[in-house]
Amino acid sequence: MTDFFGVPLPALLGQLLLGLVNGSFYAMLSLGLAVIFGMLNIINFAHGALYMMGAFLAWMGLEYFGINYWAMLLIAPLIVGVFGLVIERLLLQWLYKLDHLYGLLLTFGLTLVIEGVFRSFFGVGGQPYAAPEALSGATNLGFMILPNYRAWVVVASLVVCLGVWVLIEKTSLGATLRAGTENPKLVQAFGVNVPRLVTLTYAGGVALAGFAGVLAAPILQVNALMGSNLIIVVFAVVVIGGMGSILGSILTGLGLGVVEGLTKVFYPEASNTVVFVVMALVLLVRPAGLFGKEK
Amino acid sequence: MKTTLKSIALASVLACGAIGAQAQISGDTIKIGIITDMSSVYADIDGAGGVEAIRMAIADAKGMAAGKKIELVFADHQNKADVAASKAREWFDTQGLDLLIGGTNSGTSLAMAKVAAEKKKPFISIGAGTSRLTNEECTPYTIHYAYDTVALANGTGAAVTKSGGKTWYFLTADYAFGTSLQADTSAVVAKSGGQVLGAVKHPLNASDFSSFLLQAQSSKAQILGLANAGGDTINAVKAANEFGITKTMKLAGLLMFINDVHSLGLKTTEGMYLTDSWYWNQSPEARAWSRRFFEKMKRMPSSLQAADYSAVSHYLKAVEATKSDDGDKLMAQMKATPVNDFYTKATIRKEDGRAVHDMFLLQVKTPKESAEPWDYFKVVTRISGDDAFTKLADSKCPLVKK
Amino acid sequence: MNKKPLGYGALFIAIALLPFLGVYPIFAMKVMCYALFACAFNLLIGFTGLLSFGHAAFLGAAAYAAGHAMKVWGFPPLVGIAFGTLMAAVAGLVFGLLAIRRSGIYFSMITLALAQMLFFYFLQAPFTGGEDGLQSVPRGSLLGINLESDSALYYLVLAIFIFGFWLIYRTVHSPFGQVLTSIRENEARATSLGYDAARFKLMAFVLSAALAGLAGATKTLVLGFATLTDAIWTTSGLVILMTLVGGMGTMVGPIVGALVIIALENKIGDLGQWLASLTGIQWFGGLGESVSLVTGLIFIVCVLAFRRGLVGEAGALWERVRKT
Repeated sequence: MTDFFGVPLPALLGQLLLGLVNGSFYAMLSLGLAVIFGMLNIINFAHGALYMMGAFLAWMGLEYFGINYWAMLLIAPLIVGVFGLVIERLLLQWLYKLDHLYGLLLTFGLTLVIEGVFRSFFGVGGQPYAAPEALSGATNLGFMILPNYRAWVVVASLVVCLGVWVLIEKTSLGATLRAGTENPKLVQAFGVNVPRLVTLTYAGGVALAGFAGVLAAPILQVNALMGSNLIIVVFAVVVIGGMGSILGSILTGLGLGVVEGLTKVFYPEASNTVVFVVMALVLLVRPAGLFGKEK
Repeated sequence: MKTTLKSIALASVLACGAIGAQAQISGDTIKIGIITDMSSVYADIDGAGGVEAIRMAIADAKGMAAGKKIELVFADHQNKADVAASKAREWFDTQGLDLLIGGTNSGTSLAMAKVAAEKKKPFISIGAGTSRLTNEECTPYTIHYAYDTVALANGTGAAVTKSGGKTWYFLTADYAFGTSLQADTSAVVAKSGGQVLGAVKHPLNASDFSSFLLQAQSSKAQILGLANAGGDTINAVKAANEFGITKTMKLAGLLMFINDVHSLGLKTTEGMYLTDSWYWNQSPEARAWSRRFFEKMKRMPSSLQAADYSAVSHYLKAVEATKSDDGDKLMAQMKATPVNDFYTKATIRKEDGRAVHDMFLLQVKTPKESAEPWDYFKVVTRISGDDAFTKLADSKCPLVKK
Repeated sequence: MNKKPLGYGALFIAIALLPFLGVYPIFAMKVMCYALFACAFNLLIGFTGLLSFGHAAFLGAAAYAAGHAMKVWGFPPLVGIAFGTLMAAVAGLVFGLLAIRRSGIYFSMITLALAQMLFFYFLQAPFTGGEDGLQSVPRGSLLGINLESDSALYYLVLAIFIFGFWLIYRTVHSPFGQVLTSIRENEARATSLGYDAARFKLMAFVLSAALAGLAGATKTLVLGFATLTDAIWTTSGLVILMTLVGGMGTMVGPIVGALVIIALENKIGDLGQWLASLTGIQWFGGLGESVSLVTGLIFIVCVLAFRRGLVGEAGALWERVRKT
């Protein structure tokens, strides 16, 4: 077997592939965050908690109602999206004129509330959730055995991310969205209902998080804290990619997943922190992020 | 204006201070406190079931000892040593705690042992595994009751190595327990003619073991030693099956309980060895007590929950005998009296607080061999207490005179 | 006019009397440490306008440094605390030099990133004990008085707290403090007046970090241990909450905020258990978990309605009442 810097090739490829799976989650979550920040100027700390909510909804759907995975892939994001709609109308809309800080603090408070509710009902121990029949089992890739479900995660994430990117960059709805970000008053003067657009954007962004949650449920243990472990990494991804840049988030998310995987091979203990090292470096050299534009 | 603000602050400080005031010392009750993991990775093997077991012990003592009423308090340490230590200190200082029971998690037990020693009150560690409690960190007030990592190593470690598992790789929980278990098992593996090829540490309550397992697989060791417990073991075993690790490596669950086997199912765990201090089906007395427990909790007790009952009963008997709640007297009495109940026959060593009793090397039955629900284990051998635990001569406890 | 020092004096005397009123000294000392932490944080956000997301790094750095110094090197308590504070100041200098170059949300994110990196170091470094924490830090003695006694330690902690608070007070009410306020209000204008904004911000940052460190080192002395909880990012969030609830930009606000939050943390668990034993409904026992729930609700309410915090709102109310 060929060795790569002293590490056997199969081990390296295996970790890179796992890193790609993680990267898909980073990409989807940072995508939602970037969209929300671009449109609402709100740094949505609650993104992690809503991702967790998506996972829990999938679990509850199966456990209490017998609804299978495929249906929950559609239902859970919908429920999370509606929840997001309610949050935006009830709480967030009062903060648009204020400093970024307050949106962040409010959504941080929201995170604590959502996590607290789930924690008090389900504790912190994880609930197991089985992958659907069609995706269970594994494929022997030679250098490792990859559970089919993980391959599906990568494919599904890429499709959804690409879809969102196309929607925002290439369709007229997306164009209106982008215009609304640049100059809401002017767009409103054109007869577009900007507040409704804003609400729908938030709902859509968190629905993406909910979708990611459903995807994550069979891989991780569904537990109340799964979002908070992830959210600061996702923040870092968005900052590195450039806050507000859609493409930046997707590419950075995937890239950082792979970088994390690489770190796991050579210096496993540092894998949690490598994202932050990269973020600090990027912020010092290119403050607007790799793909961002300085506002 | 500012003065008024000060007054407001003053008033709130005083008010909150009054609410925070908790300085009643209860001299006329026997207060027992258990701090354990109630909601996280170790919640099933002890947790609320452990609290219930202690309630049973108190009820069986008719709620009174030496003429005083027995009270029970419990808290969730969330696997954080600072939460456990702070809670224990608060109970000792403000609630007149007489006995502290340490549930799962070795890091918290180490912290609680120190607080109890400072307050000169008995501390019985039941759920924690680290052998440090009776070695480097021993105190005159610590009793390590149920099991420890040395016993696990001498049991499972020796058995697996002798039955052909010569090369080992460890997946270790990154805190006191995992480190102890890995160290003690490595020593036994080496003594039994085996070799340790490497180890990888994972954070406590990790959710995704895939990358750690890949590393383990690339070591090409025969045995994957799981130096973790509870939810971590369950997830690691599941992931190992998912990624086909079990095709090339055999899993050795160095600390497993009946709850873990119940979660994973017999098909996944059949043939695995485990070392434990007690099994619900091991004797008529054990069965009788377990049925009582099952009625309340709807699941069979783990050895830790049985140990909770046994330890508290032992303590209450000591209180009856000495008619005192003085820490020193009770420690002397508990160490002088042997334990003899449905859980075990044990003597608590005077010098280091180690409860020495027989351990069992168990093996998980195949689905065919299992006759009734929860009938999971068969006894392979009985390991005598002297063989299982650290001998006094080898002890690293500073209180042991050499 | 000079009623202020009288007001503060009365406050400190009240705190000094608390042990005699039956308050659990460890609880009160813990509140004082976190209050100092929040006051230090407030110096940065309330008076200089810089939001640091990684302030727990300084609390933790000093906690571990002081703990190690007192336990392993046998430093006496005051020297240990001073050492811890120094380490936090050094960390503050390094963080500050890197973070000051950017502003706004990017400043905050850099502080978060650096704090995470320091947290990772604490997780791995053997001397911290990782998940198990640094335990058994001895209390030692001061001027011949054994600090093992909670009441003796109480007055030392109170003295440290008063010292820290006095330092912040003097800083805020000095020309230096006024420059900081001007930078918060309008940095461009301050620069145009000839002030090197970056230097002032850095000095404020280091001072804030050092005082946060003082709080952390003292906390280690009180509790006898230092754990990862001191350096984790949720503690950074906690201090933001304390300052927000109490009142950013006020002197006493953070103290009130710290008191409210810590009292909440402590008592919710007990309240839940009492309800559980009373009603027999197990779910109430889990109310201890809902500390985060209640904390979150407070956060939301404060951001929406009480942006000036308890003290700020009370002050504004008083002003209105006075005018009518």
